[in-house]
Amino acid sequence: MYDFSPLIDSLSAWLNQTFSPFWAGFISMVLLGVALLAFYAVLGLYLVYAERKICARMQNRLGPNRVGPGGLFQTIADLIKLLMKELIYIRNADNLLFNIAPFIVIVASIMAIGSIPFAKGLQAIDLNIGVLYILAISSMGVIGVLIAGWASNSKYSVIGAMRSGAQVISYELSVGLALLCIIAYAGSMQLSEIIASQQDGWWIFKGHIPAWIAFVIYLIAGTAETNRGPFDLAEAESELTAGFHTEYSGIKFAFFFLAEYMNMFIIAAIATTLFLGGWLPFHIWHFDAFNRIMDYIPPVIWFFAKTAFVIYLMMWFKWTFPRLRIDQLLALEWKYLLPINLMNLIVIAFLILMQWHF
Amino acid sequence: MEETLMDLDLKEKEEYIINMGPQHPSTHGVLRFETCLQGEKVKWIRPHCGYIHRGIEKMSEALTYPQLVHLTDRMDYLSAHINNEAVALCVENAMGVEVSDRVKYIRTILAELTRLASHQLWWSAFGMDLGALTTFFYGLRDREKILDIFEESTGARLLQSFITPGGLMNDVHPNFQKRTKEFVKYFRKKLPEYDQLLTGNVIFQERTKGIGYMSLEDAISYGVTGPSGRGSGFHCDIRKIAPYSAYPLVKFNEITYTQGDTFHRYLVRMREMWESLDIIDQLVDNIPQGPTMLELKAVKPPKGEFYQRVETARGELGVYIVSDGGPTPARIRYRTPNFSNLFIINKIASGHKIADLVAISGSLDLVIPDIDR
Repeated sequence: MYDFSPLIDSLSAWLNQTFSPFWAGFISMVLLGVALLAFYAVLGLYLVYAERKICARMQNRLGPNRVGPGGLFQTIADLIKLLMKELIYIRNADNLLFNIAPFIVIVASIMAIGSIPFAKGLQAIDLNIGVLYILAISSMGVIGVLIAGWASNSKYSVIGAMRSGAQVISYELSVGLALLCIIAYAGSMQLSEIIASQQDGWWIFKGHIPAWIAFVIYLIAGTAETNRGPFDLAEAESELTAGFHTEYSGIKFAFFFLAEYMNMFIIAAIATTLFLGGWLPFHIWHFDAFNRIMDYIPPVIWFFAKTAFVIYLMMWFKWTFPRLRIDQLLALEWKYLLPINLMNLIVIAFLILMQWHF
Repeated sequence: MEETLMDLDLKEKEEYIINMGPQHPSTHGVLRFETCLQGEKVKWIRPHCGYIHRGIEKMSEALTYPQLVHLTDRMDYLSAHINNEAVALCVENAMGVEVSDRVKYIRTILAELTRLASHQLWWSAFGMDLGALTTFFYGLRDREKILDIFEESTGARLLQSFITPGGLMNDVHPNFQKRTKEFVKYFRKKLPEYDQLLTGNVIFQERTKGIGYMSLEDAISYGVTGPSGRGSGFHCDIRKIAPYSAYPLVKFNEITYTQGDTFHRYLVRMREMWESLDIIDQLVDNIPQGPTMLELKAVKPPKGEFYQRVETARGELGVYIVSDGGPTPARIRYRTPNFSNLFIINKIASGHKIADLVAISGSLDLVIPDIDR
């Protein structure tokens, strides 16, 4: 009902008619880039706002409430402040790498956003290896973190970066394997096809218990991959002051900050797409009237509601759990999550082989 | 790149040394841990103090006894009442006078409220050290209520200077009894929340159990007192072994554990909060009437040496006064608990991870101005 592809198709048809193929491609790319950047910035700011409000709620506080109604413009004011702040140059830092690092981090997360399907047809690029692409791109961010830690020439930063490297490389495995479970169910890596395969039920419902296990592992590993609490060892402000971005100031710090929130969004969006049916509405078997009403809610709203739910889960455990220690963090991954995940994958392969899934 | 002094130092020693502090979020003040790391592991720690040395002992030599009480607030600012009480008791004993029962009761209630407020703040900060930021707001929410009681009676929230040689600065506010009772009732309900949020948490227990083991021998030989020492089974509660003020009149338990790790130092404080509530319960209903200040001609202890020790929220505070019979002390010396508690950190934290160092120093509950005086 709410299909965006005719709109997108007619736009590109008009572009192709009006301009030569080169310029048509160029203009569509610029349009996409601008749209994604604007989306990225606004969403990032409002995720920060949401986090501040949610954590305030959990801590018996009010949170931002002065700038704009309910503090809605607080994060925008913060961004303006960060934009105008002085960029401090570190004398003994490796200047080239020091300046590049925040851009690597933020570019990686912008690129990953491009292939997330927000609604039918509302997807910048629908690659046939979409899941692999997102995994590959989002793990590029850790290179930025490592470079930032190394180039700052600060001892705290190096420890933070090394922790982050060890952590992301380990948890990458669990993220990949958890997603592999759903890929095995759906039989495709293309995000639009994975969603199409959930037309008659989300994978978390169709996939028996293994899908639940995969979902939980994905949430844990995904949180760890974004360096968020209780796995925020790379920043660990109680021991490393601010970890890898200790020496950054102004807008470069803001880039790291924004990228963290957008990575959280990406993790939640992938969870939504693979486990929770993406932009598909919630249906109950044989409740036709109910299903009809659900269909009236636009898919974009479905997508963002599900993503918001996953993000809320991640914020919830950030604000209630203490931080793990580095050896416990790695033990959790290598001793528990990875073996469970591998077993889970074998079980799923067996289920699929016997045609026992719905 | 030009070589800094630290680079040269590094080359000499070939060690990876980081300075935690003087400005660092987990040292709770201007303390510096010179920490030698091997990867994530702490090889040794050298604590450096003196960044907030104000010469309180020397300054006190120029002040009269009622005046120098004000400086004791600034040592362990979270146990201000108890510090005041230590000096007051020492001077009173030296002069051979005894304050009225009313003063004793009020002093004890104030001391226990102070201990509660201090342990609440410690709990908040300890959670933060471990990365659980929410604890901070829970602890401070309840601490506000105690500070409100203090503010009403003494006019100050943190550095009250309320207890003075000879009694109290003035009588407590008429609401004092009522509000204290209200608070005890309120906090009995809130204290289980603390356990729900932190104590039972798997990550928290993993982070603290078996970390920073301090044996009883170490605790005694380093002079670690207070909850930190009692976590190792050191019976060092001055309220029990040398009772003062109204402590002989109340029933309470001295909490000790023999495990001696971070988790049990934590448990000692958590259970001490319950004991403090019990002590207040026993006293607050029957505060006797009486004068709040002795009629003293002059506060002049006789010539001689006097010592008095009390139990602050962090351990044993000793006051040693050498008097030449004048209105000011010839020499005054404080045996502060944090100074002794600090230096065991190298012994119990080396060999652990850097994150454990933060947890261990949090479990010792250091207040830095008390170390430097």
